[in-house]
Amino acid sequence: MKLAVCIKRVPDMDVRFKLAPSGKAVDEAGLKFDISDFDGYAVEAALQIKEKLNTGEVAVISLGPDVVQETLRKAMSMGADRAVQLKYDGALVDSFAIASALAAELKDGAYDLILFGRMSIDTAHGAVGAMVAELLGLPCINAISKLEFDGRTAKMRRELEGAYELVECALPAVVTIDEGIARPRYPSLKGIMAAKKKPLESRPAQLPEARLTLDTLTLPPERAAGRIIGEGTAAVPELVRLLKEEARVL
Amino acid sequence: MTNVLAFAESRGGDLRRAALESVTAARVIADARGAEVHAILFGAMGIGSHAAKLGAHGADRVLVVEHAAFANNNPEAVAAAIAARMGSGYGAFICAASATGKDIAPRVAAKLKVPVASDAIAIAVNGSAISVTHPGYTGKILQSLSLTATPAVLSVRPGAFLPKAATKAGAVETLAPTGDPSASRVKVTETATGNAAKLDLGDAPVIISGGRGLKEAANFKLVEDLAAAFGNAAVGATRAVTDDGWRPHSDQIGQTGRLVSPNLYIACGISGAIQHLAGMRTSKTIVAINKDKDAPIFKIADYGVVGDVVEILPILTAAVKQAKAAG
Repeated sequence: MKLAVCIKRVPDMDVRFKLAPSGKAVDEAGLKFDISDFDGYAVEAALQIKEKLNTGEVAVISLGPDVVQETLRKAMSMGADRAVQLKYDGALVDSFAIASALAAELKDGAYDLILFGRMSIDTAHGAVGAMVAELLGLPCINAISKLEFDGRTAKMRRELEGAYELVECALPAVVTIDEGIARPRYPSLKGIMAAKKKPLESRPAQLPEARLTLDTLTLPPERAAGRIIGEGTAAVPELVRLLKEEARVL
Repeated sequence: MTNVLAFAESRGGDLRRAALESVTAARVIADARGAEVHAILFGAMGIGSHAAKLGAHGADRVLVVEHAAFANNNPEAVAAAIAARMGSGYGAFICAASATGKDIAPRVAAKLKVPVASDAIAIAVNGSAISVTHPGYTGKILQSLSLTATPAVLSVRPGAFLPKAATKAGAVETLAPTGDPSASRVKVTETATGNAAKLDLGDAPVIISGGRGLKEAANFKLVEDLAAAFGNAAVGATRAVTDDGWRPHSDQIGQTGRLVSPNLYIACGISGAIQHLAGMRTSKTIVAINKDKDAPIFKIADYGVVGDVVEILPILTAAVKQAKAAG
């Protein structure tokens, strides 16, 4: 089976972000970058499919400046076979432009399954996977937490809010991966060494004009500082009074 | 034409709150342009009975598309019908950024060859352009985005645009589906909606959420009891406890789970990891009960109680019951 996984390089979120002086970018000084959370699950899911079938190929694709090569090498150190960088140096928030560039790369690849994370953890629009599917004329199953195969039929579980559904679809198809599917593995030393020799191609991203653009970034207003009203069960009457009289939610 | 098409989301034959919220958001754009809001509602035969409710919340016209194949989620056929309708001249399409809305919006946008601005918490109209505020980076950075594509395709964060009653009734029109809705390439073989009587996290005005501080899975009963005492509450959980299998993944509140914004959020035994705060920090009133007085959750809680949540919950449940009974 020929598999492709589209991945994004994102900063670690466990920090207090600062803005660059332009007000249009995050100050990247001191930030650590890695594969976006859900994209990591997608890489792991693809590797497990290949391992189970004991045949096939996993290609990883990322759009961005040369630093994304590091992210692609990480995916190859986990076990992906080859990588493609779609080179673009600017910032991009237009999901249709991104999807168009990815679709142009994927369309002649004869992939049986194309995987995405269900959204990136930084810009979090969650749109590119389904758009690529539309552009390629492929069926798309979004936010799946289980994936199995019965020959050329994919059987999946989709998480909905407070519900789920089981769905089936013939390959080729596009899927976006929710968590619950598989925890991404850590690269082994052997994997890291092997990744250095795996093929990584770089070519310019074919991007149409952006029609969704970033004006400014702002840090959200801090919530008013929290207030501790008491300790233990003795605080319950005061809590109930405040919920009733001050917050008016009871 | 600058009319706005709003997606009236339904599940199991009922309208979801998301349907009314998308109409409210659509009104923001339509009112700025002196245009109409049309709500499009898909479902099995009989779904049209909800049309009046959409009209009563601001839809000038309700487009009803009934077909047996819309009884389950059918994003391929829904997106095809929406894109076809958009072709008759709309300035914008809006849905809620719910699981269903996030599945539909990018499909519609790609068919129309435009980007999608997702999960907006505010919308401003500047002539032919629309600007939105989009929370990114786990809610730590607000992005102000300009959408210049025509038509504009947007989704709005659940809870950001509240349903609003309108005085005039909307007209109702029946539409035929586009193509054969039962020919979707993706077949739904089973759906589980859980407990039908259970309020969904996106609909509940009150959310009681539990974390590791409850000590064991069985103690979630205390959280459920408090939710039952409120009567209008849903139960949520942290990623730590859904990962441990105490609760289903669908209950997880946080950046990688549900993003919620209820009137009242009660965090029980939750320390307040960044990933959890990202999913609930926009709640109107936050209560935290935790034994560690230095837990980050207390920094954002309007009312904090330091103590053992397992001891405090039964007392709080009794007090809430009493307050409710007293009216």
